[in-house]
Amino acid sequence: MTVLEVAGLSVVHAGGVRAVRGVSFAVGAGEVLGIVGESGAGKTAAALAVMGLLPDGAEVTGSVRLRGEELIGRSDAELSRVRGRDLAMVFQEPALTPVHTVGDQIAEAVRVHSGAARAAARARAVELLGQVGIAARRARAYPHEFSGGMLRRVMIAMAIANAPAVILADEPTAGLDVTVRAQILDVLRGAREATGAAIVLISHDLGVVEGFADRVTVMREGRVVESGPVERVYLEPRAACTAELLGSVPRVDGTAPPRPRPERPVALRVDGLARHYPVFKGTLVRRRLGTVRAVDGIGFDVREGETLALVGESGCGKTTALMEILRLSRPQRGRVVVLGQDTASLNAARRKALRRDVQVVFQDPGASLNPRMRVAAIIAEPLTAHGFPSSLIESRVKESLELVGLESEHARRFPHALSGGQRQRVAIARALALEPRLLLLDEPVSALDVSVQASVMALLESLRDRLGLAYLLVAHDLAVVHRIADRVAVMYMGRIVELGPTPDVYRAPAHPYTRALLRRVRLRGDPPDPMSPLTGCRFRFRCPRYAVLAKEDARLCDEQDPKPWGGADRSVACHHPLVGAGARQ
Amino acid sequence: MTRRGAAGSVLLAAVVALAFAGPLVSPWSWDETDFTAFGQGPSGRHWLGTTQSGRDVFALTLRGAQKSLVIGLLAALLSSGLAAVAGTVAGFAGGPLDRALMWGADLLLVLPPLLVVAVLAPGGGWPLLAPLLAAFMWMLPARAVRASTLSVRERGHVLAARFLGVAAPRVLVRHVLPQVASLLVADASLAAGAAIAAEGGLSFLGLGVRPPDVSLGALIADGRGAAATWPSGAAAGLLALIVLAVNLLGDGLRDALDPLRGGR
Repeated sequence: MTVLEVAGLSVVHAGGVRAVRGVSFAVGAGEVLGIVGESGAGKTAAALAVMGLLPDGAEVTGSVRLRGEELIGRSDAELSRVRGRDLAMVFQEPALTPVHTVGDQIAEAVRVHSGAARAAARARAVELLGQVGIAARRARAYPHEFSGGMLRRVMIAMAIANAPAVILADEPTAGLDVTVRAQILDVLRGAREATGAAIVLISHDLGVVEGFADRVTVMREGRVVESGPVERVYLEPRAACTAELLGSVPRVDGTAPPRPRPERPVALRVDGLARHYPVFKGTLVRRRLGTVRAVDGIGFDVREGETLALVGESGCGKTTALMEILRLSRPQRGRVVVLGQDTASLNAARRKALRRDVQVVFQDPGASLNPRMRVAAIIAEPLTAHGFPSSLIESRVKESLELVGLESEHARRFPHALSGGQRQRVAIARALALEPRLLLLDEPVSALDVSVQASVMALLESLRDRLGLAYLLVAHDLAVVHRIADRVAVMYMGRIVELGPTPDVYRAPAHPYTRALLRRVRLRGDPPDPMSPLTGCRFRFRCPRYAVLAKEDARLCDEQDPKPWGGADRSVACHHPLVGAGARQ
Repeated sequence: MTRRGAAGSVLLAAVVALAFAGPLVSPWSWDETDFTAFGQGPSGRHWLGTTQSGRDVFALTLRGAQKSLVIGLLAALLSSGLAAVAGTVAGFAGGPLDRALMWGADLLLVLPPLLVVAVLAPGGGWPLLAPLLAAFMWMLPARAVRASTLSVRERGHVLAARFLGVAAPRVLVRHVLPQVASLLVADASLAAGAAIAAEGGLSFLGLGVRPPDVSLGALIADGRGAAATWPSGAAAGLLALIVLAVNLLGDGLRDALDPLRGGR
């Protein structure tokens, strides 16, 4: 039975921008429809139009029928009675009030529509939290005490509070780590089974839709370009843009053939690097609460022409490690040797000279390019800073733009007049202008659309092979880096838990956490509090293997911190690894 | 340049022209006394009337406007410049330099400016007034600039520039200063008005512009309790015009500095 039917829906924004142009779709009870497309395809605008939540001045035409009743043209007050009861939405950003407890906020959603008594609504809120996997006592917590994954669960609890007929989920997993993403989709699946609701799942991530939706609708520039059952669309896409989207989805399977490690000089060597931050509390009397061990003794090396990917969930210390290397000064503990020079022994002049050979590309090109400077000036900046002859700067800027596949016409633009992918290319051009030998990349593609991600990764790969650069690449998703990375170091809570050649790690991950990142097993819970005292293995609270270990075996995990073992080429820090890491030696 | 900015600059140019070219066409000079007309209203002979002591209000107002414009604009430029340097350097460098600069600012905040000006002013005369006023006006904006520098310092493009090997002074000028420029422009346009008013207060106490010389502030102060309102009214009107012009110009400058809103 069709619950929600959208026909010829069009949205024209106040400025005359046509965000949605004649979109039609239908979804039946208990069915999951995935809507996918790049950012700017009009997915969210369509969802907001269905909910009647578009800002004033936006013009909506077409038809939205919920159980046969027309919604377009109804007043906001009438729609308010429908929203939240028959039609619920899970927003991209958890939209919770910071000053009320989550239990109260769910209870409010219950009371608004059912008119239940306060106590009954509270009880129902606790019950709903249980349904999405949050303990009852957490109902009295405030939103800031929850992690991103927990907040999404709360949003889903609110959405199913009144047993809606349709749940619109707008990017419910965006910004979440791979390990948490799977949990949220499970919760959503459970919610569908509990309420029998139809779910419209909006996402730019085809991987999310693939395992969850029954049918899929692909949007581009406000239009539906293709729709059909998931298997059919994924296996034999009819529209060119669907094929393009699918082709650019990072896949874990189909690993590249192993490349032998080049016998070249080491560009970067890190030994026992640590960075601890003390945490204080109180304004008048400052009391030391504890220490965040952001990076806690890591070691690896990168040779010239080689890429090492540092991978882990947000908060695992990978970016801190990158920043410590970038500082090019004496680390708190450990040693950093860049291009044969120990950073602890550098004076200011030599540090500056070394910066010429060590360049960086940051995550968000929108932030890392000065909005007040033109592209030409941005790329010329490192050149002037290092005393490049000014007569040659213009031609070098041109070369750099060419190298990253931009036109010389782009040089005159400001960053805001470029697309996200073009901006990141400018950031790469700036980093390459001085012909460095070591390039540090901090999540270079995570702020970009999937299709753009693929092209930027391909660009980085070709530049490495042409220029013989060494890359240290920080990423949170193993799937994104598997093509470019020669070696992978998986980080968890400030430590490297597994290190090895990419094909080996992908084919036979030894650490349970690596398996989770590869989406082969589910993890329990969220990343732990970084300040929690550390005894034994840091990962055991979430470890699927620890849960099934015999008592004697588990005691080892409780008492001893696992040390990385195996060779320099492949090592794992686990008492009970899944395969013998040293076996290949 | 936006329409507001254009209007501001035209208005400011007009006021400056009036203040400096006006005396050439005025039949009376500011220091002349007409013993036949005391406290008279506007007439063909005295365009804006005369004061109780028989001086021509039009000439006096223009003379006051000259002084006030020079003192006000100079003090605004000096104080905002000082705030920019102290604030960005303190916020960017951090550590001992930051603490020393902010201690200095706090120290100046607790010193009573009147007392200091009273001690220092007598020797110098009015040219010294602008730097003296600025010396007591830069502290609060400097703290605001320091606060926004602290946040700008962590932005991607500032970090990027530092890690690319750009020297600190250059990072300050090219990456930090433009980000706090709109704050500084707004501050300077407010400071111009505040400096003119502060100079008036000092002159009223006999510490600023000395009689027989006049300034707009002194003229407004003179109007208190006087029977005739037009002498101080004219000065107050001109002061309002100057402040309005400076503020419009400041708005326009701020928009022009912002590439997201201004033209390509």
